[in-house]
Amino acid sequence: MAGTAFTLDDLKRTLRQAAGVAEGVDLDGDILDTDFDALGYESLALLEAGSLVEREYGIALDEEAVNDARTPRAFIDAVNTHLTSTTA
Amino acid sequence: MSTRTVVTGIGVTAPNGLGTDHWWSATCGGKNGIARITRFDPSAYPAKLAGQVPGFQAEQHLSSRLLPQTDRVTRLSLVAADWALADAGITPADLPDFDMGVMTASSAGGFEFGQGELRNLWARGAGHVSAYQSFAWFYAVNSGQISIRHGMKGPSGVVVSEGAGGLDAIAQARRQIRKGTPLIVTGAVDASICPWGWVGQLATGKLSTSDDPTGAYLPFDRDAAGYVPGEGGAILITEDGEAARARGARVYGEIAGYGATMDPRPGSGREPGLRAAITLALADAALDPAQVDVVFADGAADPAADRTEAEAITAVFGQRAVPVTVPKTMTGRLYSGSGPLDLAAALLAIRDGVIPPTVHIDPCRDYALDLVITAARPATLRTALVLARGAGGFNSAMVVRATH
Repeated sequence: MAGTAFTLDDLKRTLRQAAGVAEGVDLDGDILDTDFDALGYESLALLEAGSLVEREYGIALDEEAVNDARTPRAFIDAVNTHLTSTTA
Repeated sequence: MSTRTVVTGIGVTAPNGLGTDHWWSATCGGKNGIARITRFDPSAYPAKLAGQVPGFQAEQHLSSRLLPQTDRVTRLSLVAADWALADAGITPADLPDFDMGVMTASSAGGFEFGQGELRNLWARGAGHVSAYQSFAWFYAVNSGQISIRHGMKGPSGVVVSEGAGGLDAIAQARRQIRKGTPLIVTGAVDASICPWGWVGQLATGKLSTSDDPTGAYLPFDRDAAGYVPGEGGAILITEDGEAARARGARVYGEIAGYGATMDPRPGSGREPGLRAAITLALADAALDPAQVDVVFADGAADPAADRTEAEAITAVFGQRAVPVTVPKTMTGRLYSGSGPLDLAAALLAIRDGVIPPTVHIDPCRDYALDLVITAARPATLRTALVLARGAGGFNSAMVVRATH
């Protein structure tokens, strides 16, 4: 259902809150398939972002799926997989 | 002749001034940075005074990417390092990564960050603990973050020896420069003025419980009754003297000598180690005591420790034979930050021909020291000795010398 889908805007909000934004990075650009490294987010930043998503949505993410996500698209898919399976 | 290590950049965050110029003019003017704690409500604690760095807005200097992962001490360290590099005229991106290292000291790590995560753990649950707690609390974090920010991949690390650590880190920087790394960012900043940090400091029993900002920290005074802690310190750029000269750098002075000792076991009756540290530092610098123009003392403000320091100074230099000062009477004791801040003061004292004062004290007549009290004293200076001691028996002495 649309109300629980995790969007790019949700991810950007989460990243800003969990880890901030590096100098010279524009999260509002076309970042869906940009590598997280290029966006200035290392594994701890993604761990922190995943932790924030878990608290906000009341879900338990597959840690490996989040760790393996190299791009915003992969991260969003990993979260939505859980939201779908939780609400199904 | 072995490699000379020179200081080419200074960055200061201190309770009586943010930035080198503000701090140095405040220090020469005797401006006190000790006041009632404002960072938390101290009314429930026996000690209520501290030296707090004024007006520091981290978000003005650092990206939002750094803020969630850094304690106040790391933010102060990063900004001080930025200022020191700018002061030295160094653009790290222009230099080979492995030609630059970072060697700082820390006595508490990122204490307030840890306090917040402990609160999260117990009040809200393990899922609320920041992933950045993994390193944000750690002693080496300031070195690590400076290294990452500037791409410095040469020899780096942290020295932990409480109040002596700042000088010990600079000594380690000097060793690495002698081994061939042209530039080391060094010095130290400490900052743990938060409730959790405060109870740890109170437990030592060494803190002054006076509520009078001008009467609480009185080293070498008959009324000495403990110290006031502070936050801040100095980050310095140290370089191979030849490399600095080759690039036309402005040089503040040379790290000419260093000595470090450990005190004997308490109650052993053997002599404390400070005198030997001074003697070692002078020997390392190939200087006679008479060639030292000023001493920046440790100034524990504990009657026994003050006596030990006064006796060590007079044993080496003679009675009232050299000016002695304790500018940290204006800042409180900054733990590992004090040594580098005093070293910066010593270098600027040499540059400007002025000894900053020891404020608030009425020197105890039992000590045969020529203390520079009340107001700064003009003097022609070429060589200064800086002393720093750390709880647990650490004694360090460092000599700086004009190079011109």
